[in-house]
Amino acid sequence: MLIEEASLLTRRFITTIQNENLFPRCSSSFVNLLEIVNSEEQVPIYRLIDPSGQPLNSSELFSIEEDFTIKLYKSMKILQEIDKILYESQRQGRISFYLTSYGEEGTQIGSAAGLKLDDLIFPQYREAGVLLWRGFTIDQIMNQCFGNKDDLGKGKQMPVHYGSKEHHYVTVSSPLATQMPQAVGAAYAYKLAKNGRCIVTYFGDGSASEGDAHAAFNFSATLECPIIFFCRNNGYAISTPISEQYKGNGIASRAAGYGISAIRVDGNDVLAVYNATKIARSYVMNNNKPIILEAFTYRVGHHSTSDDSNAYRLKDEIDKWKLLDPIIRLKYFMEKQGWWNDEIEKKWLTNIKKEIIDSLTNAEKKLKPNWQEMFNDVYEELPEYLKKQRQYMENHIKKYKQYYPLDEFEQL
Amino acid sequence: MSVLSTNNLILKKGKNIINRLFSTCNVLSVQQMTVRDALNAAMDEEMERDERVFLLGEEVAQYDGAYKVSRGLWKKYGDKRVIDTPITEMGFAGIAVGAAFDGLRPICEFMTFNFAMQAIDQIINSAAKTFYMSAGTVNVPLVFRGPNGAAAGVAAQHSQCFAAWYTQCPGLKVISPYSSEDCKGLLKAAIRDPDPVVFLENELLYGVQYPVSDEVLSKDFVLPIGKAKIEIVGKHVTFVAHSKGVELALEAAKILSSQAINAEVINLRTVRPLDFDTIAKSVMKTNHLITVEQGWPQCGIGSEISSRIMESEVFFHLDAPVVRITGADVPMPYAKSLEIAALPSAEDIVQATKKLLSA
Repeated sequence: MLIEEASLLTRRFITTIQNENLFPRCSSSFVNLLEIVNSEEQVPIYRLIDPSGQPLNSSELFSIEEDFTIKLYKSMKILQEIDKILYESQRQGRISFYLTSYGEEGTQIGSAAGLKLDDLIFPQYREAGVLLWRGFTIDQIMNQCFGNKDDLGKGKQMPVHYGSKEHHYVTVSSPLATQMPQAVGAAYAYKLAKNGRCIVTYFGDGSASEGDAHAAFNFSATLECPIIFFCRNNGYAISTPISEQYKGNGIASRAAGYGISAIRVDGNDVLAVYNATKIARSYVMNNNKPIILEAFTYRVGHHSTSDDSNAYRLKDEIDKWKLLDPIIRLKYFMEKQGWWNDEIEKKWLTNIKKEIIDSLTNAEKKLKPNWQEMFNDVYEELPEYLKKQRQYMENHIKKYKQYYPLDEFEQL
Repeated sequence: MSVLSTNNLILKKGKNIINRLFSTCNVLSVQQMTVRDALNAAMDEEMERDERVFLLGEEVAQYDGAYKVSRGLWKKYGDKRVIDTPITEMGFAGIAVGAAFDGLRPICEFMTFNFAMQAIDQIINSAAKTFYMSAGTVNVPLVFRGPNGAAAGVAAQHSQCFAAWYTQCPGLKVISPYSSEDCKGLLKAAIRDPDPVVFLENELLYGVQYPVSDEVLSKDFVLPIGKAKIEIVGKHVTFVAHSKGVELALEAAKILSSQAINAEVINLRTVRPLDFDTIAKSVMKTNHLITVEQGWPQCGIGSEISSRIMESEVFFHLDAPVVRITGADVPMPYAKSLEIAALPSAEDIVQATKKLLSA
């Protein structure tokens, strides 16, 4: 009798259990109709100026100032000019490798402008514009690409693999997406330090397929880190088009699965990228949460100097995207505002081109770092066995100095 | 990680611990400490000393670690400094590397080094090389630690020594300790070191007790990275070993001593940088060298030592060629009889010594 009563009570209690108590962060209801779920919700693309330079939303553009806009424009243009000259110098065999930002100047400069200067950047490799915005000089770029004595990297890294502690820019690492979990680790360090700084990591549509990207998204959500995942969705991972890279709705749509927020922006509209980055930054800092910021853009150039994209895409496609170029778009906009014209541009550009060419010539002439530099920075303290090897090499070079181009190296 | 690991391994280990206790209980000392406790104390003391030190990995918090090495640390230091992570080795190794870039001192526990293969890019391409690639501006002060080498009855994907893999890479320091003293002093040194350190523990030694002095128990006890220890002084032959290999070498030396053969046993402690001076001095005295390791023969620690002997003055002091005693050149088999056959034993060392000395 008693047992039956207890059983009845239990059954009554069971019916009162609601599913939200059972599955954390899931408030789905139970249904008796089977449904295959296939959510195809589109993430909108935020845009402020159309490709003809026509403003779409004047209220948000109201606060954009003339000087600031011109600075954005000049930075994009300088990046493009540096690319032209260094790309050519690689073709001439003067440097071993180069990688241009053609078509993606808007994502780089716009996002750099939307951040604070001491926010830490974990770049992929196509983000030289971010460094330029932060005051990394044309000379510093040239010194790195030529690996001379004034290169901050002391001639240790291949061209384009910039790094600068002063500019809060972690040295570029070639393996794809490894920077993403590292950036989350750094964001965790910043969260503990409560230093008011945020972390931004850049990656591409191809990198997003790496396991590291998954790890980074999930860890940033579970550790609740202030980080902006900036996806440069430029249509291609070397030769693989996004139509073969993924079947979902871009990268921003993945955010929901991780419990992360997302923004999608027109990457060729530098003002929209700027605004979106600023908003993303305040979101992550105010909430101690990650965000995925996806910029839709197009890689107009080849992947790198090791690539010839004519093998896998049509000229028509590139020509179409050249019309949507972020630099041209901002120029149309500035001309409409009466802030810029061809005459001003011509005068300014002539000086800039000369500055870039002079800088390259200087960088090429400069001495290479002293050969002993090869042994430094493997460890904090030079181990005995490396000291021995260095000594061995020094004796060798002394003995056979006529065979070595010692005058090309900096003297100690 | 693999799901099968934890419980099976603990059961196997439990059995092994009992065997080990019997084999070591003749050591006369009042103070004994297990390798597990030594590692735990090292982390605890360093976390207390420096608040930048934190531990992350799978099951390290409430569960106290798959092998209970982090026992009590979560209770003492809380969620912020003892972090359970989702199951993504490349993910949490990357988190550790990034946190080290930015001034923290992570201890990254791999449930075993077998699973660290999933994170190898973070260890080699990022942790080991960033200081060099950044021209000395970005330090990566972190420790990757966890059990390495052959366990018991868990076959190919859970029983492998990775010492040779990591020692190949400049930028890393690689420690492969044997006793409780080694573990306490060297893990503390690894945590304090400004460079990335790979710390290869041995699962079967976790429960083994070793005598420890007051000095070892002190909070200031730190051993130098890159220095080997002469465990036994001898004059007829030199045994060089690391980790569990040291145990085998010591057993062999004990057997041989009853036959009037005195072996000198060198415990490498660190495998990168390698303390070649200690090996060289010993071999110049004994004129015979046997290297002992559980890893595979090709390009192993023994191969490296043999090469360095060849390239140095020590070569002229050898009375016979160097002998390498290693694990068999096959993936680890599961069946107990096969597993025993695939691993080096003290008897192998004894036989090799007799052959070497009679040559």
